[in-house]
Amino acid sequence: MTRKVVITGLGATTPIGGDVPTMWNNALKGVSGARTLEDDWVAKYELPVHFAARCSTPALDVLSRVEAKRMDPSTQFGVIAAREAWADSGITDFDKDRLAVAFATGIGGVWTLLDAWDTLKEKGPRRVLPMTVPMLMPNGVAAAVSLDLGARAGAHTPVSACASGTEALHLGLDLIRSGKADVVMCGGAEAAIHPMPLAAFASMQALSRRNDEPERASRPYDTGRDGFVMGEGAGALVLEAEEHALARGARIYGELAGTSVTADAYHITAPDPAGLGATRALKAAMFDGRIQPEDVVHVNAHATSTPVGDKPEYTALRAALGNHVDNVAVSATKSQMGHLLGASGAVEAVLTVLAVYDRKAPVTINLENQDPEIPLDVVTSARDLPAGNIVALSNSFGFGGHNAVIAVRSV
Amino acid sequence: MASNEEILAGLAEIVNEETGLAPEAVELDKSFTEDLDIDSISMMTIVVNAEEKFGVRIPDEEVKNLKTVGDAVSFIAGAQA
Repeated sequence: MTRKVVITGLGATTPIGGDVPTMWNNALKGVSGARTLEDDWVAKYELPVHFAARCSTPALDVLSRVEAKRMDPSTQFGVIAAREAWADSGITDFDKDRLAVAFATGIGGVWTLLDAWDTLKEKGPRRVLPMTVPMLMPNGVAAAVSLDLGARAGAHTPVSACASGTEALHLGLDLIRSGKADVVMCGGAEAAIHPMPLAAFASMQALSRRNDEPERASRPYDTGRDGFVMGEGAGALVLEAEEHALARGARIYGELAGTSVTADAYHITAPDPAGLGATRALKAAMFDGRIQPEDVVHVNAHATSTPVGDKPEYTALRAALGNHVDNVAVSATKSQMGHLLGASGAVEAVLTVLAVYDRKAPVTINLENQDPEIPLDVVTSARDLPAGNIVALSNSFGFGGHNAVIAVRSV
Repeated sequence: MASNEEILAGLAEIVNEETGLAPEAVELDKSFTEDLDIDSISMMTIVVNAEEKFGVRIPDEEVKNLKTVGDAVSFIAGAQA
């Protein structure tokens, strides 16, 4: 008999809120976290994109200066979210040998790496900080979270570009089902609002160039969409074996009923236009969770607001859910907070769990002229979800052809 | 040329920046590892910052001999002379 896994703690720091209550409140209201970048380097390097969605609460407002010095900005966000989720879970007395970490990133310590390179060129090797390697390594965030919580059942870092955060939950579910851990701190963190990644994403024509209207730039499903908006931040979820959560009388947000990961093997960056890999991922997650299409009432879509990406996801949803897709409330929350890359799946998982728990679907902003080729029921003002047993899905897709899906069931 | 008192004060500032320890806790007879709980990575950062601040060179092989704050102050004073 498969162990049931539930979600008992949530944490986040994002462009629309530095903690879960603030983020959720804003997500239901519909706000934009995108702003014009005031940094000198935008003009200095003549970046074609002048805006991004920074975390609304700077990490240094939460962490001490000394703590922050030893962490890349991505790790700072991850630790902040993980601490909130851990406190939210209410777990106190627990054998940390049974606590694992599955904390993802898409890029990792890019600020640290590039700062160290600048230091090397300008000041020489002696000035390159001894903490450079542990700060830039992609497992830095999982390691820091493990150290911070004292988690000793293994610290893992799934890396699959923008599917990373969702893949962390896939791994976390496996760790508990297979008996390797009883509790897993899952999440994703990213901090890549640096001129180089902005230039690189712009160079591949992935970013919106609506420089005059940052707040209106991220517009999934709109005919005027022209690319994603770079975001940053972290999301964290405490997964717990159901029997463990029940024994301690925990508040249970929902069940992580099923997860899946597939690969397109189609193209290194372009999504398969037929959405075959995404369809298989959706079907596999539903199979894993013993979910029928009719059970699904809400989808937190990947929907990044790129011209080519949004439609194949619709194709996949229709293929996996059949005509029931017309009855599903779809939210594209990247419209509000931009694309948090490797953190996006984790933050969107937090939103999906809250949607099921509070029975409310968050808002998609900037949808003015819906693409007629994507006839989804998009939630543009906060909407109640039905009573009874409900399921919500969250999709994430990443460069490399990675597809990851989670299914959350009400309890 | 800095006096020993100035070197101590400057060093305390660097240690505070790296570890958050109160500057007044950085006293001549304190051991970096035993008393101040400074690990090897922080120690290297402190050494490099001290080199820049006092315009001296502290060779890597010398760092292991700097057990106390007083050892570091004496070394820096000697290197400046």
